[in-house]
Amino acid sequence: MTPRLELRNISKRYPGVVANDDISMAIAPGEIHAVLGENGAGKSTLMKIIYGAVQADSGEIVCDGNRIERHDPATSRALGIEMVYQHFALFESVSVVENIALSARMPFDLDALSRQVVELSERYGMPVDPRRIVHDLSVGERQRVEIVRCLLQRPKLLILDEPTSVLTPQAVEKLFETLRQLSAEGCSIVYISHKLDEVQALCDSATVLRGGRVTGTAEPRKTTSLELARMMVGANLPEMHIEPARPSPAPILEVKNLSADPPHAFGTALRDVSLSVHGGEIVGIAGVSGNGQAELIAHLSGELRHRHAEAIRLEGQPVGRLDAGERRRRGLAFVPEERLGRGAVPGHSLRDNAVLTAHRAGLVRGGMVDRGRAAAFADRVISRFKVKANGSGAAAQSLSGGNLQKFIVGREMELAPKVLLVSQPTWGVDVGASAFLRQTLVDLSRAGAAIIVVSEELDELFEICDRLLVICQGRLSSSLDRRKTDREEIGLLMTGGTESSTHKGSAGALHH
Amino acid sequence: MHFTIEQRPQPSAAMRVAAPIIATLLTLAVGSAFFAALGYAPLAALHAFFIQPLSSANGLSEWLLKASPLILIGCGLAVGFRGNVWNIGAEGQLIAGAIAATGVGLYWPAPDALLLPLMILAGIVAGMAWAAVPAFLRARMNTNEVLVTLMLTYVATLLLSWLVHGPWRDPAGFNYPQTALLPPAAMFSYFDPAYRLNTSIVATVIAVVAMWLFTDRSFLGYKMSVSGAAPLAARYAGFRESSAIWIGLLAGGAAAGFAGVAEAAGPLGQLSPQISPGYGFAAIIVAFIGRLNAFGIVLGGLLMSLLFLGGEQVQMTLGLPSALTRIFQGILLFFLLACDFFIFYRLRRSGGH
Repeated sequence: MTPRLELRNISKRYPGVVANDDISMAIAPGEIHAVLGENGAGKSTLMKIIYGAVQADSGEIVCDGNRIERHDPATSRALGIEMVYQHFALFESVSVVENIALSARMPFDLDALSRQVVELSERYGMPVDPRRIVHDLSVGERQRVEIVRCLLQRPKLLILDEPTSVLTPQAVEKLFETLRQLSAEGCSIVYISHKLDEVQALCDSATVLRGGRVTGTAEPRKTTSLELARMMVGANLPEMHIEPARPSPAPILEVKNLSADPPHAFGTALRDVSLSVHGGEIVGIAGVSGNGQAELIAHLSGELRHRHAEAIRLEGQPVGRLDAGERRRRGLAFVPEERLGRGAVPGHSLRDNAVLTAHRAGLVRGGMVDRGRAAAFADRVISRFKVKANGSGAAAQSLSGGNLQKFIVGREMELAPKVLLVSQPTWGVDVGASAFLRQTLVDLSRAGAAIIVVSEELDELFEICDRLLVICQGRLSSSLDRRKTDREEIGLLMTGGTESSTHKGSAGALHH
Repeated sequence: MHFTIEQRPQPSAAMRVAAPIIATLLTLAVGSAFFAALGYAPLAALHAFFIQPLSSANGLSEWLLKASPLILIGCGLAVGFRGNVWNIGAEGQLIAGAIAATGVGLYWPAPDALLLPLMILAGIVAGMAWAAVPAFLRARMNTNEVLVTLMLTYVATLLLSWLVHGPWRDPAGFNYPQTALLPPAAMFSYFDPAYRLNTSIVATVIAVVAMWLFTDRSFLGYKMSVSGAAPLAARYAGFRESSAIWIGLLAGGAAAGFAGVAEAAGPLGQLSPQISPGYGFAAIIVAFIGRLNAFGIVLGGLLMSLLFLGGEQVQMTLGLPSALTRIFQGILLFFLLACDFFIFYRLRRSGGH
């Protein structure tokens, strides 16, 4: 059978990096083909080459037996290749059908298009109300809009880039049903991911990339996770050592009935949030992004201040009205999810970025920055946390995301905090470094610190947390013991049975 | 063939040195072509612009005299600019300083030895007070300091105009809008009575060193640079935005206020509507030519001062219209700032198919 798509010896170089090196693969009609690899393995570049958004330096692409000569996204779409990006390209302030009409190559007839959208979305079990404004949609619904937009073009090959990173476990299952149906109808699917369990559940075949090269091909259903992981990482993963937690008798950080209006128009209000964290334990906060995580963490860190000092207590003292500097003085440290521009100043050297929060560790004397000590502090973090950087003089923006994250986590840990807040500890960090960061978090907690981890990666939370809470629409669930809960329960709490994020709610909206 | 602009991973050290040299060469080339096209001998024009003003002791004295307030104010403003505080109203703060100092010098009965120090104090306080208004409004009500500082400049100009036309007008001044001359004890002393350069330049030297220490070494200066470069990081670290606003505006106000004292108690010796030939605005350009760095600002101030003098020189010796000299100054500043762009960015040829 002629492959739907064949890549032959694709190479792509960027200044200083080889993104793709001599990559070949073939995808049959109706096949669901996984492209597996860590962050930075070259997956995204390869997908952009297939879609025509980026041109390969050498190699050829063959579609249904015909070599593609001049390649760009318009050519791809004419050939029936469609792509759902990881970051959606939707206009928030207009309706679903208007968004679709903007990219569809057909007469501008919103009523006809709406009917088509409803018909398609029902056929594939992805209910979408074409009249709703995109801003009101949950992340899962927005993804459906993107997929329906592609399906309208009757694609022969659909590319999905990390589609599940924003979905609840239940929504992932719905998505997989849709993809299987598409595959049964003959549409080929390229599924990019670094999540092994998903690839094993969904895909017929897999190509594994590492450092821009193909390091293996596999049938995921017949291959163990360990073998796949080894192909991705190139070595055995370090094992985690987690001793049982011995929580301190009194909580170190306490939040009681914290409510707050959204800080800006697209923010989430916090409603009656309560939690407490003891020394020696790690508490995880799970949830689909945009449900109040950012607001909660900003209130805990002091970047947002609260009217009531008693709403937040640090070692029994009310701190709700104190700013971030004053809370840090009392032993709080924080790793934000945005590294450049929040956790670090992009244009400043690592030495200067050490001063940002470590100035209270003796880096400032007599009102003057002690450059020698600052450099020594930065060097210590660089060596202890194995940060790949060109010395402490390197600008923060010259580091890769994962290395900068190691630097920021290291800087905060060197301060020996009593409370450490960590948001998305391993976003964009490769598997090996992630394991290292998780281990250091566990070690810090076992040494007596109270740690809160906010993450969208359930696997990560289950691995390192002692207790889990779920945030949904600004409300926090009660505390769950990690050993007594499972993904199913957490997933249900993540959707909270609310109107906008469940299947039923949206289906109902269709018939108004 | 397409070109794309991309950010350099690290600012280019070579370009940092080369940029001003390239800019100067480009200015000389374009300026020569420009003069030639208009029928003036390019070499003579360039000579009058850059060499003649510096070829006499008096020329050198005038050069430093004009550079001093530009550098002083540039340093004060740069402290704010580094922290994203945009004080555009140094001209008004300069006028406020000059008014306060002249008021003390003319109407305050103080012993001779104390008179000048009191005037300096009054001038600095007045400049800071003028800048405190926008600082208060921005810190408390989040008003835009660009507008407030600029509008307060007009207020200061009108206040000055009212004073010299009204209550402070010199009764023996033939109805000219100006105050009486300041007494000798109220004046900065000259290094040499033949030249106008005076001891106020010492303050500029001190300000340059202080500004360098503050921005490059002090923790307060560090906090300000974080506020300017990444406001979210400043909030994350718990640095107060309001202190950056106050420090930034007061530093500019104090520097401009002192510059006002130095004008009134220096070359002018009295208050008149022409107290400043636009030093407050030109200093903004000086701060940026100097890349907001103390020693860069010294070079920028010297260059700007030379452009002022050279512009006058070509008008006098070659009869060039003043508009032409302004255009030539514009060409130089354009190339300087344009070449600086390539310290942080580069052009790359991208394969356009």
